Amino acid sequence: MIDTNVDLFQWPFRRLAGDDPASLVINLRNKGVTQAWACSYEGLLYRDMAGVNARLAAAARQYGPNFLVPFGSINPKLPDWQEEVRRCAEVHKMPGLRLHPNYHGYTLDDPAAGELFSLAAGKNLLVQIAVSMEDIRTQNPLVKIPPVDPGPLADLMKRSPNLRVQLLNAGYHGGANTRHMGDISRLENLYYDFACQESVAGVAKLVAQTSPERVLFGSHYPFFYFESSFLKVYEAGLPAEQETAVLEGNARRLLGSGAAQS
Amino acid sequence: MKINRRKFIRRTGLAAAAMGGGIIDSSVRSEPLPGAAWAGGQAGPLTLADLPTVLKSYRIWDVHTHLNRFAGATTEEKVDDCLRFADRMGVERMLLLTAASFGGGGEPEHPNPEDLRLMNDECIKAVKKAPDRFFGCAFMNPNYLPACLEEINRCLRDGPLTGLKFEFDTPRHPGDGPHPTTYGAPRDLSVLDPIFQRAGELKAVIMHHTFMSTVGPQNVGESTPFEIVEVAKRHPNVTLFCGHTGGNWELGIWAVRGVNNAYADLSGSDPTSGYTEMAVRELGVEHVLYGSDIEGRSFASQISKVLGANISDSSRRLILGGNMRRLMEPVAKARGMQI
Repeated sequence: MIDTNVDLFQWPFRRLAGDDPASLVINLRNKGVTQAWACSYEGLLYRDMAGVNARLAAAARQYGPNFLVPFGSINPKLPDWQEEVRRCAEVHKMPGLRLHPNYHGYTLDDPAAGELFSLAAGKNLLVQIAVSMEDIRTQNPLVKIPPVDPGPLADLMKRSPNLRVQLLNAGYHGGANTRHMGDISRLENLYYDFACQESVAGVAKLVAQTSPERVLFGSHYPFFYFESSFLKVYEAGLPAEQETAVLEGNARRLLGSGAAQS
Repeated sequence: MKINRRKFIRRTGLAAAAMGGGIIDSSVRSEPLPGAAWAGGQAGPLTLADLPTVLKSYRIWDVHTHLNRFAGATTEEKVDDCLRFADRMGVERMLLLTAASFGGGGEPEHPNPEDLRLMNDECIKAVKKAPDRFFGCAFMNPNYLPACLEEINRCLRDGPLTGLKFEFDTPRHPGDGPHPTTYGAPRDLSVLDPIFQRAGELKAVIMHHTFMSTVGPQNVGESTPFEIVEVAKRHPNVTLFCGHTGGNWELGIWAVRGVNNAYADLSGSDPTSGYTEMAVRELGVEHVLYGSDIEGRSFASQISKVLGANISDSSRRLILGGNMRRLMEPVAKARGMQI
């Protein structure tokens, strides 16, 4: 099982089981995960993104070699963010980036998003976009952050046709349930996890709405209980080949077999 | 030495804090889920193939369900669709809060007496279709008190329903906005008293929606758990389920704490880690209940709050079903129902 949606270190507003890299790796291995695509909670609010990504890369090497696959945080509103994209790709050998446009104060129709997509496509990086991290209704009242509107992806991805993008945490708080879904669900290079996909058998609905090849297992652990996404796969009752693809095959194909070695 | 519940919780909560248990977390689960691999004595992860046996073993009872959005043109067809998934997820029995669809799929926010009758008729149909799977609630709108009391007689005293459901019941003060515990100035909810009193006479359980959204009430009549438990305190013989524990559970749990006849319903929010652990730590496991809020949510995400929590397996069994069986026993006994 490949988990495409985990984070290292401490959530800014609460201590979580598994919020140190060593225990996160132990816990995920105990739950049957063989590879985890990990970003850093520090990337939400910190501004020294070079430090954030260096710590992430070091933790992945120390605690999860051949297990943790680091995804760098990029904020295209910070000075010289292009250099940080270069470091993620060339220094840290990361296979992808994870964006949090809502925490970083831009929308996907911002020119900076287009430039970032273009740069990522040129370096063959997978781009993950976290549509939401937390239900806005339960956020700290001083830090209210609505979900990302994925609608502009329909145009944005046409301008970078080779770029692979994965939407994380879409669904209940935006994304897969928005009015734009009709447009973006047809994009062949757009992939999904289902940590925030709700309703009974929601994974089966997402597969039907998009494609069995473009839905990947993601838990949003440790912020969410890992078992949520695991049980969603079971609840969906997918055919066996689709279940295998969702749990592992699609992720392996998307990232390529050399990802864990990076 | 006699010790009251508040003192007991205070003492045990402090003890847990002193041990580090439940305040933050431990890095490794205290008791693994009893999957097939575990039962066989071999350490290994729980697999999808284990789940039918594991889920069934918990004898899950769900305190918060809706039929509105399930597939089907009739309530009976929606029951069939719902039970297909309930069977898969090992859910034995459910407290059904609403069944009727109104246009867009949900219930009206401020139902009039005619709406109430229609909604309750559909709930009765569902319970009659699967009486061994559903307990049913009559929907209430205390702005129409005589109609509510009539519905209680019709649906509970003379009918098959066993509980009451409240949603957005009484208007707030103009200009009320987000507030950690009350959304604004506390309201006078004495209008609920006659209904709670009648519920007590019939041993009916009450589910009241509660929320404390950071972005303000989603409806002018939305209640917080802090407000509703004040009504429950005046009716200690009534079992009150605090719907969603106020959503903002790090706040809502404190409302339920120490109120003996109020219970935390874990349903209907994201499966955020730590929710169940904190509820057990502060309320005692007997005051915490699993609920799903299907079909807007899933069985899966909501069951995970219990199966994924770092609590003992015996606690999981109480939250997933044991507590609800205990709390439904008085009304079931009064109605001659087998549970």
